[in-house]
Amino acid sequence: MNLLLANAFLGKLSWSALPHDPITIFGASTVVGGAILVSCLLTYFKRWKWLWQEWLTTVDPKRIGVMYIIVALLMLLRGLSDAALVRTQQATSAGASHGILSANHFQQIVSAHGTIMIFFVAMGLMFGLINLIVPLQIGSRDVAFPFLNATSFWLFVAGMLLVNLSLVVGEFSAAGWLAYPPLSELQFSPGVGVDYWIWSLQIAGVGSLLAGVNFLVTILKMRCPGMSLMKMPLFVWSVLCAMMLVIFAFPILTVTLALLFLDRSMGMHFFTAGGGGNAMMYVNLIWAWGHPEVYILVLPAFGIYSEVVATFSRKRLFGYTSMVWALIAITFLSFSVWLHHFFTMGAGADVNAFFGIMTGVIAIPTGVKIFNWLATMYRGRILFATPMFWFMGFVVIFTIGGVAGVLMSVPAIDFQVHNSLFLVAHFHMMIVGGAVFGYLAGVTYWFPKIFGFRLNEWLGKKAFWGWFLGFLLAFVPLYILGLMGATRRLDHYSASMGWQQLFIVAGIGVAVLLAGVGFQILQFIVSIKQRKANLDTTGDPWNGRTLEWSTTSPAPFYNYAVIPEASERDAFWVAKQAAAADDEDDKPAKPRYEDILMPKNTPLGLFIAGFAFVFGFAAIWHIIWLAAAGLLGVIICVIVRASDDEPEYYVPAEEVRKIEAAANEREHYA
Amino acid sequence: MTKKSRAALIGVPVLGFIALAAWYLHHTNIPVLEPKGPVARQEFDLLMTGLALSLVVVIPVFTLLFTIAWKYREGNAKAKYSPDMDGSRIAETVWWIIPTVLIFIISLLTWNSSHQLDPFKPLASKTPQMTIQVVALDWKWLFIYPDQRIASVNFVQFPKDTPVNFEITADAPMNSFWIPQLGGQIYAMPGMATDLHLMASQYGTFNGSSANISGSGFAGMAFKAKASSPADFGRWVQSVKSSGSDLSMQAYDKLAEPSQYNPVTYYATAQSDLYDRVIMKYMPVAGSMPGMSIPGMDTQ
Repeated sequence: MNLLLANAFLGKLSWSALPHDPITIFGASTVVGGAILVSCLLTYFKRWKWLWQEWLTTVDPKRIGVMYIIVALLMLLRGLSDAALVRTQQATSAGASHGILSANHFQQIVSAHGTIMIFFVAMGLMFGLINLIVPLQIGSRDVAFPFLNATSFWLFVAGMLLVNLSLVVGEFSAAGWLAYPPLSELQFSPGVGVDYWIWSLQIAGVGSLLAGVNFLVTILKMRCPGMSLMKMPLFVWSVLCAMMLVIFAFPILTVTLALLFLDRSMGMHFFTAGGGGNAMMYVNLIWAWGHPEVYILVLPAFGIYSEVVATFSRKRLFGYTSMVWALIAITFLSFSVWLHHFFTMGAGADVNAFFGIMTGVIAIPTGVKIFNWLATMYRGRILFATPMFWFMGFVVIFTIGGVAGVLMSVPAIDFQVHNSLFLVAHFHMMIVGGAVFGYLAGVTYWFPKIFGFRLNEWLGKKAFWGWFLGFLLAFVPLYILGLMGATRRLDHYSASMGWQQLFIVAGIGVAVLLAGVGFQILQFIVSIKQRKANLDTTGDPWNGRTLEWSTTSPAPFYNYAVIPEASERDAFWVAKQAAAADDEDDKPAKPRYEDILMPKNTPLGLFIAGFAFVFGFAAIWHIIWLAAAGLLGVIICVIVRASDDEPEYYVPAEEVRKIEAAANEREHYA
Repeated sequence: MTKKSRAALIGVPVLGFIALAAWYLHHTNIPVLEPKGPVARQEFDLLMTGLALSLVVVIPVFTLLFTIAWKYREGNAKAKYSPDMDGSRIAETVWWIIPTVLIFIISLLTWNSSHQLDPFKPLASKTPQMTIQVVALDWKWLFIYPDQRIASVNFVQFPKDTPVNFEITADAPMNSFWIPQLGGQIYAMPGMATDLHLMASQYGTFNGSSANISGSGFAGMAFKAKASSPADFGRWVQSVKSSGSDLSMQAYDKLAEPSQYNPVTYYATAQSDLYDRVIMKYMPVAGSMPGMSIPGMDTQ
């Protein structure tokens, strides 16, 4: 009777869900200790109110962007710790030695690494930069749906918390980052690990979908006067394309995860082995989302490179029109290549050949973009600031990874390297070298616009070299290991395979990369300490080309006191040129400020995500009453929000004038 | 520090590193690059052709990247500066066409090789083909020889120059059957039968493994594949027949239970329809047959 009651009240939850082995206990204490430390610091410095008013309830996309990036960088540290554990295990687990981790624990770490790096690092950095810059670049004061934007962010945080909670309560999935059934089905993974995976992605995924809708509408409806589609900065174009992909791809993920959950919890048979289920359906569905996802991550990075190369070459972007069409081509083609992730599943030669050829075709617009960037540098005046370093590193790594990709697009070659470390090296080169390098360039490039001072360049370059050299050292050996027959996710191998030396080299590479990350942390600390010396008083520290550099740094919460006009591409650059050519005495007319309509802060986005988190936790542990309570909480929050008749307020023109005058004074005294 | 000594400071370690890497690669056994059969040989040739074609793009990209970056650096006041140059129809046409031509060539390769090297396609040979049935289990490989009526675990032997049709399924989560020196892999899936046609053209014992994660014992799914003379193969079959135990349905169910790092095991006889029964286990109609159960369906 007691047991029955406990079951109804606690579901599958019991004391045994807490960690037992030393490495897990260490991980769990890091999570819990970190939370306690942050709370103590906030209390000590009396910052709770500040945190609540300025950050937790904010609907300002710039602040939401900053929070996305902070969460993503924290998760980067988590993902890198996982990577370091994986490589340590593989460098030590040959022959008689079985390394430091059990097989199951190792597989949980591998799965967590992939899940965290894609969903909570790459996606977080991407949505962070989009939030920071898209409204500014299109000359808008806000996004289309500010409250929805905050909700998206907090759902992302809820998903992130669930992944990390699995360290403390229960376990994580050991079925790889895409959890192929039947391994991820109840029969082979009876624990809660796969459920943690499902619900953290499900909740974060809904957030991503909502953000996709939000930014698509923002870009289509909120551009400033004069900015036609073909005058948009390339970054905005790349985001537009990526958001279309989000809108078409993420619903597939949502449905696929839901079906897997029904299999696991309700005894259904969508993907089981037997019972009429078909795992191949899952593999198709997950990649119908997963392949576009790769382009969702990389397209905005392409956009950032386009901004960075033009700005630091002091030259107009070469081939704007072909750049736009290349983006659009990639957007469409990215939905026609998903089968190349499983040529080895046994589809016929015709099907494999079709998808192989489509995969090759997608390399064409990508190649064109690289040539256009090189042509932009040609006859420029290139300033090698840190963002330009990231760009150069990107071209080197992305080209090597791209060659491996074109090779694997031929099914018969893929048969020999599929699921080997050759593949692992390839996709890390595309996602880290391609996407993450772009985001890191973007963070350095736009940092002064958000915070009003520049990051330390010397440390930034040291960080780059650590990342770049460490990355090459960590991943080039994997190409060779793959050709030597080493498959991915191996927790142990026979010493006679001769893999250990290269695994050790790869491990050293990870250490070098971590040194780069160390320099990055140091860069943030030093830059904040020395911010007075690096103040950006002009609002235009890099001699920029696009509108965001025309407002003051840090950008005021309303972005623009007077909505700008964009009559040309590179509107700000053109305006600067015109002003320089004009008569010196011809002062610009005094701006006429008007009242500005802005959204009010609200905690409801945070509450919705909080209830979603509760619902997710309850669904994982089968605590039915709590799941119902969480769902009800979400619904009530939505109703409360929908009944709010005054979600916006006016900033009086007089206050705008005061803020602008103060900013101008800063510039004057500098 | 002079320019020369700085160049030496960077150049010497880089060259040393490259030399070390070249020496290492020369002295290392790299199975995919050392094919021992016609399928792996053709796949290797394709890999090299693709790599050579890719270099047509890679070399110009790297050369352009570094020469342009150096020549148009900010400090070089002598270089031309054209801030308003924003396109050239000729240049852009050229670099739409170059990758297109390249991908067109690779597409032809893709189409032809996908058909030539289709894993389901029997290999051309004067010697008649032999069949070996493969079942991926938690966590070992079961090889059934339907013609010889024997079976083995984590070891497979066949004569050199004889085309082998591996008929592959799983009675476990999805795995992938891979012997790099003989040719590419294909998935092993419950309720599904895939084919992989391979042949060894040299004597030798080759490493094989599962390339797809299938649970805790997945790393232990390594096996050896031995290509021998027909006579040696015959002797091996005889020794298996005389030494091992029987693989009845009961013995199979016992074997199918999860176990890790299994030693090589032989079975003197194997139930003749075992492979088909393993596949039929997962068919919905089989649920009504005695002794067969559908996982998940009757446990709730």
